[in-house]
Amino acid sequence: MKKKVTKNILSACIVLAVYLVIFALVQLGVLSRHYQSLLVPIGINIILAVSLNLTVGFLGELTLGHAGFMSVGAYAGCLFSIYCDLPVAIEFPLSLIIGGLTAAIFGIIIGIPALRLKGDYLAIVTLAFGEIIRAVITNLDFLGGAGGLKGIDKYSSTTSAFTTVFIVLVITVLVIKNLVNSRHGRAICSIRDNVIAAESVGINVVFYKLLAFVTAAFFAGAAGVLYGHNLGILKPGTFDFNKSIEILVIVVLGGMGSITGSIISAIVITLLPEVLRGLDDYRLLIYSVVLIAMMLLNNNPKFNEFKEKIKPKKKGGKTVKDDAAQSADGEVE
Amino acid sequence: MALLEVQNLGITFGGLRAVDDFSFSIEKGQLYGLIGPNGAGKTTVFNMLTGVYKPTSGSFTLDGENLTGRAPIEINRKGIARTFQNIRLFKELSVIDNVKVGLHNQKKYTIAEGILRLPRFFKEERELDEKAMELLEVFDLGAERDTLASNLPYGKQRKLEIARALATNPKLLLLDEPAAGMNPNETAELMDTIRFVRDKFDMTILLIEHDMKLVSGICEEVSVLNFGQELAHGVTAEVLNDPKVITAYLGE
Repeated sequence: MKKKVTKNILSACIVLAVYLVIFALVQLGVLSRHYQSLLVPIGINIILAVSLNLTVGFLGELTLGHAGFMSVGAYAGCLFSIYCDLPVAIEFPLSLIIGGLTAAIFGIIIGIPALRLKGDYLAIVTLAFGEIIRAVITNLDFLGGAGGLKGIDKYSSTTSAFTTVFIVLVITVLVIKNLVNSRHGRAICSIRDNVIAAESVGINVVFYKLLAFVTAAFFAGAAGVLYGHNLGILKPGTFDFNKSIEILVIVVLGGMGSITGSIISAIVITLLPEVLRGLDDYRLLIYSVVLIAMMLLNNNPKFNEFKEKIKPKKKGGKTVKDDAAQSADGEVE
Repeated sequence: MALLEVQNLGITFGGLRAVDDFSFSIEKGQLYGLIGPNGAGKTTVFNMLTGVYKPTSGSFTLDGENLTGRAPIEINRKGIARTFQNIRLFKELSVIDNVKVGLHNQKKYTIAEGILRLPRFFKEERELDEKAMELLEVFDLGAERDTLASNLPYGKQRKLEIARALATNPKLLLLDEPAAGMNPNETAELMDTIRFVRDKFDMTILLIEHDMKLVSGICEEVSVLNFGQELAHGVTAEVLNDPKVITAYLGE
């Protein structure tokens, strides 16, 4: 019990330290304006990747509609904040929840028929769903059509934007981590490993598939709301299937079923094109080559051995609960 | 009254009558064998009893309750658990987590309690850990609790599958070729384990097996299936010496 508490405090301290360091860097002007503007996209990509990892990594179902859920949430949440006149402290969290819930409802509507399918078929159905959403939004005038939804309140400053995204990010990681490390999470993982066996021990496969799918959709929706408030405008074109693929790339690169991996890989993938900006014409070429190299490296047994070595060793006698109870920065495997 | 009562069970796949008019009954606490040549329909019977297939005719009752054609999860909750011929473990989960998935329905904390880490989560997870360890100790798997299931040696994977099935707290345990791929020593050990499980958990066991030494060693009664139809049933020793049965296995 005592060890668990210290571990939790330690994790909380690390999270706080990360926040304070970035906060200080912004305040002292060490980070250029350009990199400051990347803080929010990085946070949003982490939320998207960690939530997609729940379906792709833990449930083991390939879905390509994550950008679709993101756009549904973004439009719902941002519409709410445009037409609502509450103080920001109430209005913003409400718009996040509304965005998330709307995406979750779409998750249920899409999930009930789509989750009967497996593998490639599910991937294609979710891909189609994302494209339908985009086409519908483009043709709805009250959502701004192809020109985009304008007039969304922006964050008051870089630090407030960063703080908001950071808080949502920590909540996302905590919720998904705690979900995965509970009896419900084990049920989700058991479906990934063997559906027939899961049914034979009494796991409600339909329910848990839907749970993972809808939870992922909820956080994608919330990420969409954060995105809308960062830019002040939403364009349907942003949420095409390239965006879904980008999130999937982050998840695959970070490792299926590894939350820490998703976080690191989201940071790397978001920063990479920006770091390469100086190289002009070669940028996209190098970006692709680096991606290929990273994927190969990640599949290299020697490299994985090396990763195991530098990872903190698990102690023999501890219970699974110690592992389960730690907060944001720990490893889930 | 018998624990499991199977009456005229049958199933057709397209034009193929895979199992036809098959009846038997198992008393509580019995060790019952289901044998027959390859392709006789034994596993199909298991699949019907666990809800994987819906029988096209006939019915079966557990403890007097008709479970014919119910969904697998419901049948499991009513008290039938099974293992598989080709081992189906949760390979990417640890040994103890495999058993804890089996214990899933015996704990009631909600998703919200799990996410918010409320006291009931910790209490019930602790109980889960204890119960799972108890089961693992029975099968001598305690030392491997944190090993990934896929990294276990073959014989231990079979044991883990039985442990996971027992975790669901069944009245009737179905074992599909538990000794497949085992050497004589492992088979002998397995026989002891099966007997031990029956005595310790007061379990009723129905098993499919090709190893006649195992069948004659532990089964009190057997049914023989051939081409989907019952060839014989009764006390093990008598059935195994029945000329019809010997012909079915070895040919004329």
